[in-house]
Amino acid sequence: MSAPTLNQAPPVVPGDDTPVVTPRPAKKGKFDTGVLIAIVVGLAAVALTLGPILYLIIGGFRTQQNLASNPAGLPDPWVFANYLGILKGGIFWRQLLNSTLVALATTIGVVLFGTMAAYPLARYRYRGRELMYLVFATGLMFPLTVAVLPLYLMIRQLGLVGSLWGLIVPQVAFALPLTVVIMRPFLRAIPRELEEAAFVDGVTRVGFFFRIVLPLARPGMITVGVLAFIGSWNAYLLPLLLLTGPQEGMTLPLGVTAFQGQYASATTSIMAYTALSMIPALAFFLLLERRIVDGLSGAVKG
Amino acid sequence: MTTLETSGKGRGLAGDTSSAGPRTVSPNVEAQRRADNRRKWSEIALFTGPALVLFALFVVFPVASAMRYSLYKWNGIKKFADAEFIGFENYARALWGGNDPATQQAFKTAYSQPFWDALGHNFLIIFLSMAIQLPLALLIALVLNRSFPGRSFVRVVIFAPYVISEVIAGVMWLIIFDPAGIATHFVEAIGLHPPEGGWFEDQTWGFWTVFFIVTWKYLGLAIILFLAGLSGVTPELQEAAAIDGASWWQIQWRINVPLIGPTIRIWAFLSIIGSIQLFDMVWVLNRGGTTGQYATIATFMMQIGYFRHDVGFGSAVAVIMFLISLVVATAYMLTVLRRDNADADLSR
Repeated sequence: MSAPTLNQAPPVVPGDDTPVVTPRPAKKGKFDTGVLIAIVVGLAAVALTLGPILYLIIGGFRTQQNLASNPAGLPDPWVFANYLGILKGGIFWRQLLNSTLVALATTIGVVLFGTMAAYPLARYRYRGRELMYLVFATGLMFPLTVAVLPLYLMIRQLGLVGSLWGLIVPQVAFALPLTVVIMRPFLRAIPRELEEAAFVDGVTRVGFFFRIVLPLARPGMITVGVLAFIGSWNAYLLPLLLLTGPQEGMTLPLGVTAFQGQYASATTSIMAYTALSMIPALAFFLLLERRIVDGLSGAVKG
Repeated sequence: MTTLETSGKGRGLAGDTSSAGPRTVSPNVEAQRRADNRRKWSEIALFTGPALVLFALFVVFPVASAMRYSLYKWNGIKKFADAEFIGFENYARALWGGNDPATQQAFKTAYSQPFWDALGHNFLIIFLSMAIQLPLALLIALVLNRSFPGRSFVRVVIFAPYVISEVIAGVMWLIIFDPAGIATHFVEAIGLHPPEGGWFEDQTWGFWTVFFIVTWKYLGLAIILFLAGLSGVTPELQEAAAIDGASWWQIQWRINVPLIGPTIRIWAFLSIIGSIQLFDMVWVLNRGGTTGQYATIATFMMQIGYFRHDVGFGSAVAVIMFLISLVVATAYMLTVLRRDNADADLSR
């Protein structure tokens, strides 16, 4: 891995004959200003990132008059009515539940069917295998946006408009290509000796998949699952077309826009609703921060 | 060898003998091989079946349908059997107003002009991502690529906007950039004039406001990816260069940036594809603006295909969008990414 990357570097690498100077003192002065710059840049980035979010959360505690007269100051008085009104009503919780159910079902479907499909693609030899892989890999190029109009008409014909299943099944289908592409190398990396040993012990290949492959491929499945979960949780286009019924049947992102449309003049309530809708995603992210970042950079590095 | 290999070979043999008849191999072995072969194929079907069916029904079929619908005049309400086949007229309408002289001028204003405007916005976003987001993210990543107090906190926070949905972030910024909102307040407080008709409705400011919001949402992803790439660069190289008297800039420009080249190129790829398909954020921000001043190709497609029930035309726009991403992605992979992939293959 390091050999080809080294070749890309311009020849600043010193030869062996370079006299070895003690590196620490030379670096010391630069080091401190560098740290200072890093802290300043880091703080600026944090402020720009968190500022709008904090403004939103705090805005939920304002009265409408306070927002109009003094939007830059702290709320005066602090009111809890916006948040409490939303939390006491049923709609927010229903939407939270819908989002959770859809995201969970999508994740389970994607991880299960995607890993299953990747298994023969990784470990069987058969005619048409590479063609089958190519079909899935090409699927990466089909964005939902291109297919969304026919998909909507099709789901309408199936009578699934307004039902969460109408959302889950296409989401699983569209997440499959990425899953297969990520999972195949994972499954391939499982040592052949394990397979041989299992077969000697009389385990069938189906048994091998469930008893040995699935546990061993867990890191890959978690990566894929997290990506599918976030994708489903944040999805908007398909819910926009499919969940056109009452607000109780919507997912959170759609619910936020519906709330915004319904209470257009009550800005502080919208702020409270939006802030509350952010919390689950942020909590999920804080909980799984390492996994998400590693998964994404792993997926990007390929 | 392994069971896997033998059964793999067994398939070829069984295929040959079934046509020639079982003469050379003893019937017992032959039957065994056939059973093995049948079981292998049923296993393959069992494993790949669900995924293939879902993929064919809900991905391939709708995409193919979009291509089909794009050749018809159809509103998506009456039966498709009654729709009128009009060839490539929908495409002509999007690209130059159609071929009918009676309506061409009107269609040019109503369809063709907004189409090209929207496409222009997509490509402007791609250009600005490379010209503004890339250098900015790279600079921040290089500066943050060292140990300093609060490092992990900064990293977590920077990445957070990526996890928030475009819709929720969009509604948040809609409130902040409200004509009477906090952004206007701030700009006035430092003695500047906010855009006349509001941040989004202003013909020039509208686009830049949206681009700012998109940057807020996605810059963190770029920074984190670059930092992940930088963490793989061995510190010995930089130390050695520092001993030789290389400045901070020289070390970054000549060692770190080239070494994370593959990460940068993949990020650019994802960013380009994402920019072509950008929808959620722009839609939430007043559906691309009242005069479409920052509409994208996807919001234009939805506006006409879904909300104005012109499924044929919307499908044509969708297919054009698909072809553009296909061409751009393929060209990028064949030119820019080819070297990285070749390297990766060598190292394996």
